[in-house]
Amino acid sequence: MKNLHKISFVLVLIAAFLMGCNNSNKSNSGALSGSAAEKVYVKPGDHDDYYAFISGGFSGQLAVYGLPSGRLFKVIPVFSQDAEKAYGYNEETKPMLNTSHGFVPWDDSHHPDISQTEGELDGRYIFINGNNTPRIAKVDLTTFETTEIIEIPNSAGNHSSSFVTENTEYVVAGTRFSVPVPQRDMPIKDYKGNFKGALSFISVDPEDGGMDIKFQLIMPGFNYDLSHPGRGDSHGWFFFSTYNTEEASTLLEVYASQNDKDFIAAVNWKKIEEYVNNGGGKKMPANYAHNVYSEETHMATSTMKKEVLVVDPTEVPGAIYLLPTPKSPHGCDVDPSGEYIVGSGKLSANLTIHSFSKMIKAIEEEQFDGDAYGIPILAFEAVNAGSVEQAGLGPLHTEFDGKGNGYTTFFISSEVVKWKLGTWEVIDRKPTFYSVGHLMIPGGNSRKPFGKYVVAMNKITKDRYIPTGPEVTQSAQLYDISGEKMELLLDFPTIGEPHYAAGCPADLLAENSKKIFKLEENKHPYAVTNEADTKVVREGKEVHVYMTTIRSHFAPDNIEGIQVGDKVYFHITNLEQDYDVPHGVSMIGANTSELLIMPGQTESFLWEPKQVGVWPFYCTDFCSALHQEMQGYVRVSPNGSSVPLKWSMGENIE
Amino acid sequence: MKKILKISMIALLSVTMYSCGSDSNSEATKDEAKKPATSMIADEVDPMDSKGIGPISSLTLADEVDATMAASGEEIFQAKCSACHKTDVKFIGPSPKGVLERRSPEWVMNMILNPEEMVANDPIAKELLVEYNMSPMANQNLTEEEARSVLEYFRTL
Repeated sequence: MKNLHKISFVLVLIAAFLMGCNNSNKSNSGALSGSAAEKVYVKPGDHDDYYAFISGGFSGQLAVYGLPSGRLFKVIPVFSQDAEKAYGYNEETKPMLNTSHGFVPWDDSHHPDISQTEGELDGRYIFINGNNTPRIAKVDLTTFETTEIIEIPNSAGNHSSSFVTENTEYVVAGTRFSVPVPQRDMPIKDYKGNFKGALSFISVDPEDGGMDIKFQLIMPGFNYDLSHPGRGDSHGWFFFSTYNTEEASTLLEVYASQNDKDFIAAVNWKKIEEYVNNGGGKKMPANYAHNVYSEETHMATSTMKKEVLVVDPTEVPGAIYLLPTPKSPHGCDVDPSGEYIVGSGKLSANLTIHSFSKMIKAIEEEQFDGDAYGIPILAFEAVNAGSVEQAGLGPLHTEFDGKGNGYTTFFISSEVVKWKLGTWEVIDRKPTFYSVGHLMIPGGNSRKPFGKYVVAMNKITKDRYIPTGPEVTQSAQLYDISGEKMELLLDFPTIGEPHYAAGCPADLLAENSKKIFKLEENKHPYAVTNEADTKVVREGKEVHVYMTTIRSHFAPDNIEGIQVGDKVYFHITNLEQDYDVPHGVSMIGANTSELLIMPGQTESFLWEPKQVGVWPFYCTDFCSALHQEMQGYVRVSPNGSSVPLKWSMGENIE
Repeated sequence: MKKILKISMIALLSVTMYSCGSDSNSEATKDEAKKPATSMIADEVDPMDSKGIGPISSLTLADEVDATMAASGEEIFQAKCSACHKTDVKFIGPSPKGVLERRSPEWVMNMILNPEEMVANDPIAKELLVEYNMSPMANQNLTEEEARSVLEYFRTL
């Protein structure tokens, strides 16, 4: 009997090992194919099929998850300081958070969008907007680091952002709040007719991705909520949803909900681009920061720009039209063909779908229904393609699976509804837990969606997890949409508020992901790429330490001749050239974060010693078996002391 | 019976491991599995015969040192290796002086190019890791050509 047990044990082992050898893609087949657990299980050591970049909302960051597992891989710091990675703390990245209001260490990150070529995801960059102090950031998808941030002047509550055109010609940023343009001291009650809404078209250099505000369209003082690009035949147009066409400045929950219909603004940006290229528009004084991080110098620089080109919409006839859309529409989403523009009237029960071809015909036939501040309003019936009736309560946002279906979130009724393009019939609905905002299908805002999963992002989780005091996590939920009916597979907690997301197949990015920075390409002005060149240099009260790290020591690791009142800059180059060997460093009493230095990179922190003594520093990233030996001392003498400046490593300091 | 089962389990395990392997690690794993239970100790091997584990299986050195190659090797050594290796004394790692009297050129190349696997599976490298207080040889991602230049530089020391 004992032996029998053993034999069966061996058989099980064999089976397990054989199964373990199978390609994980096959493991979903067979008798257990209905199991949600199996569909999201990525076995240890295996990789996920998709990247999901989920914004952190009020965390200001962008988090990277794998799908279908929902595992969190990285939080990319974008608009908020991150002590873990020294982002916004070290001397190199502080300029990234510079604005016309000075250093702003936080923002509200909302809508990531991956760069496109010919309407398909190309995996070069991901853009994301900062809402509060209007900014657009660009993250390089080879390093997964924020490499550029541009502030948007004349804007406030940068919400209908940051969506890209078909070839990433532009990343677009629209203002939620209308404000006086230019800003001035005026009574708030005089809002109507005086405040303006700026829609900014930021060009993206096809070679290096450099961002520059090409023009700002100065629109009527509505709230511009979301936007999406045209594609295919509608490429060259951009669509913005609006609310508060009432132009209320107070109690918007009542006064901005008066009109039956607000608008989707259709902007022919190609026409405006042409107008601008021919000298159109007006240069207006402005003040906004443009912050660029160089991978060569490992440093960011911040430049204040003093001028922006503005365009008055009435001066470019035929470029802008308003499409009446019920009711305070939030989402403004374009299907993969570019024909349908879906407005999600968040205070309505219906989805309103406009037709691009009908819109062009209506423009040709001049089927107008008045104008707003000189911008023609197209007749609703002339542009409307249909509506999804009574689909749920509080429609917010729609994405597409590339198989002829739309998926819309309903905030109030907490559900995702699948419906068919063209017939507008509801096919399926599934609850979310709870209060879903945006949803995301990888590539769902492009010509080529990857319609296998949809991720719903929820604002409220209440009873879904073990409680953690009054503040509980928000969450994302993963649904399988490969069949006729959707299937809820997974809940997973997220950082901050998972506002919106962008996703793509893993193989679009994985092979381009950078592993190290090459030492010979390091152009940081304070880099030392060779231990023999390490040194300590005094320039008056400023001291610069040129230091290196390699497993498992600092060079130098003994420093003397520092004085109370000095400003000591540690510039540390990680000499490692192997994947996944960062070193960290922190100095006792430094009024800043640690550094986390990637192989081949140089980073700097400032230490201002306030007390005489011998003070230690050490490696903060567990780097090797001798990590606990990786440390050093700095001797701090009184101000004006005659102790000479000296440094050493591996011998007693003389 | 008990013994037979155990043996077959081990055999099965090694077969499975072998069949699962697809990267370079598998070769070493397979070799390990074939070996008897007692671990191979360095004394049993003539270090000069061992080629180590890695991409270099055969390397013949010319009689004359190639001075240009050695000069370039010195530069690379200073930039990428000198934080842990001094040419005259034992430091974080051993001095490379006279290393070709102690090791085969293939072994040296493989130690530079494939240190993780070497310290995990090569008997000599494993002993060295212990001798040097578990300070692992860093992979500095040298190309084969760069490693070859460094080796040439070692011949001049």
